Amino acid sequence: MSLVFVFLRKRGCIDKSLYALIFLSLVWLTSCSDNSRSMLLVTTTSTENTGLIDALVYRFEEETDYMVKVVAVGTGAALRMGERGDGDVLLVHSPSAEINFINNGFGASRTQVMKNWFVIVGPAADPAKIKGLTVDEGLKAIATAGSMFVSRGDDSGTHKKEMDLWKIAGFDSTPSGQDWYTATGQGMSATLTVARQTQAYTLTDKGTWLATSTDSGQVVLIDQEDELLNVYSVILLNLATENINHKGARAFRDFMISIETQNMIEMFGRDQYGESLFYGIN
Amino acid sequence: MDLILDAIWETFLLLSQGDSEIWSITLRTLIICGSSTIISFAFGASAGFCLAVLPFRGRAALVTFANTGMGMPPVIAGLLVAILLWRSGPFGGLNLIYTPIAMIISQCVIAIPLVAAITAGSFMSLPESLFLQIRSLGAGRKETLFLLAYEARLGLMVAMMAGFGAVISEVGAAMMVGGNLAGDTRVLTTATVLLVSKGEFGRALAYGIVLLAMVFVVAVILTSVQNLARKRI
Repeated sequence: MSLVFVFLRKRGCIDKSLYALIFLSLVWLTSCSDNSRSMLLVTTTSTENTGLIDALVYRFEEETDYMVKVVAVGTGAALRMGERGDGDVLLVHSPSAEINFINNGFGASRTQVMKNWFVIVGPAADPAKIKGLTVDEGLKAIATAGSMFVSRGDDSGTHKKEMDLWKIAGFDSTPSGQDWYTATGQGMSATLTVARQTQAYTLTDKGTWLATSTDSGQVVLIDQEDELLNVYSVILLNLATENINHKGARAFRDFMISIETQNMIEMFGRDQYGESLFYGIN
Repeated sequence: MDLILDAIWETFLLLSQGDSEIWSITLRTLIICGSSTIISFAFGASAGFCLAVLPFRGRAALVTFANTGMGMPPVIAGLLVAILLWRSGPFGGLNLIYTPIAMIISQCVIAIPLVAAITAGSFMSLPESLFLQIRSLGAGRKETLFLLAYEARLGLMVAMMAGFGAVISEVGAAMMVGGNLAGDTRVLTTATVLLVSKGEFGRALAYGIVLLAMVFVVAVILTSVQNLARKRI
């Protein structure tokens, strides 16, 4: 490199060569990507951990011409990326945060596309004896017994739902700081692993639970309560934001609510796990 | 214990059945990390050489800067590069985020200070009189550079190995700027993290074994070159 430097300096053309090099690199780099057919979908860890998003994207890419890159982060992070225009379309699951997002002008529209239920899982031994209780009774029992509870703690849709549930159960805020309550800051299956290893309770969506943990010594203890409904929506971003593939985003939204896709969602994993991981919106 | 035996068996299965995914991930890892190593060696070694040999003001400050760069947490490098490359960032228009090129950039940011600092150290440890002796024997600029590099070759090889080791084992920055996209930017380290988060520990260990094997092979090659070089002295 120094050799090149010395050589160019001798010939007195270092400025021109440097500019030419930078210019050519930029031209080459920018020409490497064709924007109109590529899009960035920002979604949650639960759709990724179950493998559903891979199946959906595969179908979508076959049917349309788009090339989709998928980034799985928590709902909170996804919404913030949407605010900055760092993605083209969002698939998230936190209705109140999504509505705020739209009201604040960052999102153009919100379309519900699928649902499942959250469940509270824990060790088979069930030290706090929460099996069969309602959600608020169960959480109160865990708090009273001081049994280990593991939270996502990452501002994801699941985490936001958990915070709501603690409020419904009568707590002013989440019990963070208590020695029986910890937060992993990681995705759903990582958090389930931590809960399994520490014999703790945790809140999970049933889809990820079925796909990753059914033979692990953990069991479902509370489910099928109204407050545990988990709705996923596709959010289209504000049309005024630049550099966003709005057309691709709309195509993805339309794909998700089409009848064939809704059927596919319901059938996904049914044979393998004995029940649907996600349900359509009807 | 059976988790480890499980992993060894999984590795054997994975590799013998020709699981194409692990091979494509391994190849991609080699290409990305190999490119980063070569690029950061080119820039880092020249920077180190200039730092060590050329006289200029503020040299001490730059050497300190390079040494700090050695200890910089790779995750911070990744975050900085990501902020620059996000669509909302200053270089967003280049559409580099979540591409292998972005990963190479962040890996170079991590490895260049490392290579520069080690190279500078190895040049600085050459006897002062050597430089004068070479020049007094009539060597031109090019020849001086080659002769000095030859004298410092052991240190240069250490610098290259250190650069390679740093980029191949890095996971935080790779996840942030690459996004761990299947088929595009998934490398051995990020794939392992994903498998662990899914609870597939056996397979994760298998990936880890492949990664270790790769590092081992590169180390063997570079070390034997180093030994050959030493024997000639």
